[in-house]
Amino acid sequence: MTAITAVQAAYIVAALLFVLSLAGLSKHETARSGVVYGICGMTVALAATIALATRDITAAGGALLVTAMLIGGGIGLWRARVVQMTGMPELIAILHSLVGLAAVLVGWNGYLEVAHAAPAGLTGSLLHIHHAEVFVGVFIGAVTFTGSIVAYLKLSARIASRPLMLPGRHVLNLGALVAFVALTVWFVIAPQLGLLIAVTVLALALGWHLVASIGGGDMPVVVSMLNSYSGWAAAASGFLLDNDLLIVTGALVGSSGAYLSYIMCQAMNRSFVSVIAGGFGTEQAAGADVDLGEHRETSAAEVATLLRDATSVIITPGYGMAVAQAQAPVAELTRLLRARGVQVRFGIHPVAGRLPGHMNVLLAEADVPYDIVLEMDEINDDFAGTSVVLVIGANDTVNPAAADPGSPIAGMPVLHVWEAEHVIVFKRSMAAGYAGVQNPLFFRDNTRMLFGDAKARVEDIVGALAPAVAAQREGGDARRVPVAAGR
Amino acid sequence: MGQHDLPEPNGLTGTREGPATAQRLGVAAESAAAETRVAVTPAVVRQLVELGYEVEVESGAGRRSSFSDDAYEQAGAKICSRDDCWQADVLLKVNPPSPAEVDALRPGTTLISLIGPAVNPELVASLARREVSVLAMDAVPRISRAQSMDVLSSMANIAGYRAVVEAAHTFGRFFAGQVTAAGKVPPAKVLVAGAGVAGLAAIGAAKSLGAIVRATDPRPEVAEQVRSMGGEFLAVAVEQQGGGDGYAKQTSADYDRRASELYAEQAAEVDIIITTALIPGRPAPRLLTAEHVAGMRSGSVIVDMGAAQGGNVEGTVPGELVVTDNGVSIIGYTDLPARLPAQASQLYATNVLNLMKLLTPGRDGRLTLDFDDVVQRSMTVARDGEVTWPPPPVQVSAAPAAAAPAPVAVPVKKPLSSGRAFAYVGLGAAALFGLTAFAPKEFVGNFTVFALAVVIGYYVVGKVHHALHTPLMSVTNAISGIIVVGALLQLGQGGNLAVTVLAAAAILLATVNIIGGFAVTRRMLGMFSKG
Repeated sequence: MTAITAVQAAYIVAALLFVLSLAGLSKHETARSGVVYGICGMTVALAATIALATRDITAAGGALLVTAMLIGGGIGLWRARVVQMTGMPELIAILHSLVGLAAVLVGWNGYLEVAHAAPAGLTGSLLHIHHAEVFVGVFIGAVTFTGSIVAYLKLSARIASRPLMLPGRHVLNLGALVAFVALTVWFVIAPQLGLLIAVTVLALALGWHLVASIGGGDMPVVVSMLNSYSGWAAAASGFLLDNDLLIVTGALVGSSGAYLSYIMCQAMNRSFVSVIAGGFGTEQAAGADVDLGEHRETSAAEVATLLRDATSVIITPGYGMAVAQAQAPVAELTRLLRARGVQVRFGIHPVAGRLPGHMNVLLAEADVPYDIVLEMDEINDDFAGTSVVLVIGANDTVNPAAADPGSPIAGMPVLHVWEAEHVIVFKRSMAAGYAGVQNPLFFRDNTRMLFGDAKARVEDIVGALAPAVAAQREGGDARRVPVAAGR
Repeated sequence: MGQHDLPEPNGLTGTREGPATAQRLGVAAESAAAETRVAVTPAVVRQLVELGYEVEVESGAGRRSSFSDDAYEQAGAKICSRDDCWQADVLLKVNPPSPAEVDALRPGTTLISLIGPAVNPELVASLARREVSVLAMDAVPRISRAQSMDVLSSMANIAGYRAVVEAAHTFGRFFAGQVTAAGKVPPAKVLVAGAGVAGLAAIGAAKSLGAIVRATDPRPEVAEQVRSMGGEFLAVAVEQQGGGDGYAKQTSADYDRRASELYAEQAAEVDIIITTALIPGRPAPRLLTAEHVAGMRSGSVIVDMGAAQGGNVEGTVPGELVVTDNGVSIIGYTDLPARLPAQASQLYATNVLNLMKLLTPGRDGRLTLDFDDVVQRSMTVARDGEVTWPPPPVQVSAAPAAAAPAPVAVPVKKPLSSGRAFAYVGLGAAALFGLTAFAPKEFVGNFTVFALAVVIGYYVVGKVHHALHTPLMSVTNAISGIIVVGALLQLGQGGNLAVTVLAAAAILLATVNIIGGFAVTRRMLGMFSKG
């Protein structure tokens, strides 16, 4: 056993542990052990690599290594501790940008080392491939870096989330790709630092433009796409360094992100290309001026009465719940209703929120048990037998217009909330959702609008409901009115 | 077409000229001796006035529903004599007009009341001859949008409740079981036949009195609604039986035979049977035969809510309570909603108000009939001297009305045919072969690992629970920090200062990812808890 084979063995173990880690996340019960596998894998990989790298390192180099890791670890731990669960999309985006930047740096180093002193055996076509790998790694890394930065800025509302609409933006994107291919060919034939700088700048600009032209509501796709890119960037570095662990891990992460993007696109009935091409939700929907009738307002007290007499309630949250930070009062409302014996469940649309699974995390933070939080496909058939649906900060994901072939969101799978007996929509105003499509749900006879800040409104309902629940615990149940009569 | 203004009233009182004046709404007192309801309550008067109408209420119209003339006046109505009231532009009533009342109607008036167009074709014809426009409150189509005007639903709800009250009044025992010092009382057993609106209301009322409630219905899809009201659903084991327009249909012979067996079995066991089976425009189906009734215990009670249309029970006398030889009381009252006059008037009036809102889109006190609107078209049984009943059919069951029925022409991507799929896979394989066959050996090794890892990643991630997608992203974030390995190796090789600095920076960034990603995942997973 040489040092090299020992490290290779450690890498195989680490790669398998990473696979186990992702497999563990398939179920709630095994998710925590999955993370432990991941941490073990990372520890094994790092220990082996550090042992290999520090065999003939200078003291200064060693000190630099330790310092960098301590600072990096400290920052990571600090951010992970303080992040709000509503801020998860921003954290994920910024973490992607770090991987992207690291990939750029590793790629640059890959070139600088070779330019400095070409290692033995790296000749002929292998050298050419090495140069191409440098370019691919730097390109993907840089796109990931600026793309994630823009995503972060949009998610944290530091820049407007509406899509940037440059004239000829598709030509710009395609032109950047063509230029990348041309530069790669040139670089393989005649490597020089100027070309590397050029491709880095090109990729940074492309990443910026790509995400800037995608609107805020498509962020679940963008974030998972960037997740995928960060994986491919790591895999490209693996090719560059001839390191199988990097390749395996990068490929795992890359396909994971790609799969998530695919799920999100399915959930919007849009192709991946159309999401990435951007600009959605800006064109005025045809026939938007159709008279849908009048919406009807309700009050928190009325909703409380309705909930008191309900037998089953489904809550469908959207991004608006996260914005209003309403998850804690929503959880309190859930507890109250469940204490009354009302069946309460949550229906989560795959693209609700700004991150895949974002709503689940928010509800988990507020102590909502995960077994009553259901996916769209699990709950869509149950709306018909439901007394009350509370739509909190969701719009396009509950829009019956999706069944209308002429609508911009035609064919998008949506939560069939309108099949329930009563629908209460929490909304700040009558404005259209991200897709810019008017929502006929608001004008239905069984829909009532509850305007205002979602958090304040839910707290009002909890306030109106709490005394009734307390009274019920003491005495008998006030008789339920047969609201479910008919149909 | 579509918009149709009613003829201008011909200046009958001389006080109204220009087109902007409000129309007069008359609320008639009911002439039928047994009728206790009134079409409009004081609360609704207020809202009709807000819609722009002048409301006139016949003196004494609300007396039997406990609404005084004073209450109407305070709400903004004018109290008037019968003759004045019947000259109104729009006349609101509960019961169909009697022949004498038809003659009292002014041509050009709009009458809104219960009509029963299916069973009273002569009445409709006579109203048309009188050149009266008629909207039948009992011809509301069964679509979600029209539910707020559906008088049949609101009256059936009341009737179902009242049926239980009548049964409890006649039944010589408690409904709820009790254990008292004087002995144990078993709970009453109630069977509700037909789980429509009335049946569900009856189930709810009987359940809240403490009885054990069972229900049958030919439509298996109502089982869930029965359970939601606290009843037990007894299915008849036959494949059956949709109600495409929201109403029950006639049943098959096979079904009837099995249902009869079920009733025989239940009749011997239960204390109270409430039958609610009605099929629009037909005599009520016979559910319980004389043998079924004879099989019941003495003191049992049957409420036949189908009595007005011939009865669901053999031996029912409409409007009467009869006691059979074996001591079973059969209640055939046909005026169950009218036995709760204040409640029935309130719901009827609200139905009328919702209709008036629909008919007054401008809120300007002018009634406008839009024949393109399926609700208005369905309810209008006579207009301009012509009978407009029956309306063209509306076919909407549980599906929503406003949005087109779901599966219409939603563009669905066709799955690839297997031939094309093979072609794509073949092309991909050829391209891959071409790429790797000419590449150096080292590259091929790397590429093999890469390709297999992509496939593994796809399958492993495909199984991840949807709720764990965010933790999945943060874990993949952490492990994509594995790029630190590359930077570590580059740092280890030392030498060039630029390389060292860049490598150190990359190590720092990647470590943020690793530690931050794992830490935040652990934090998140710690929050997920099972209820």
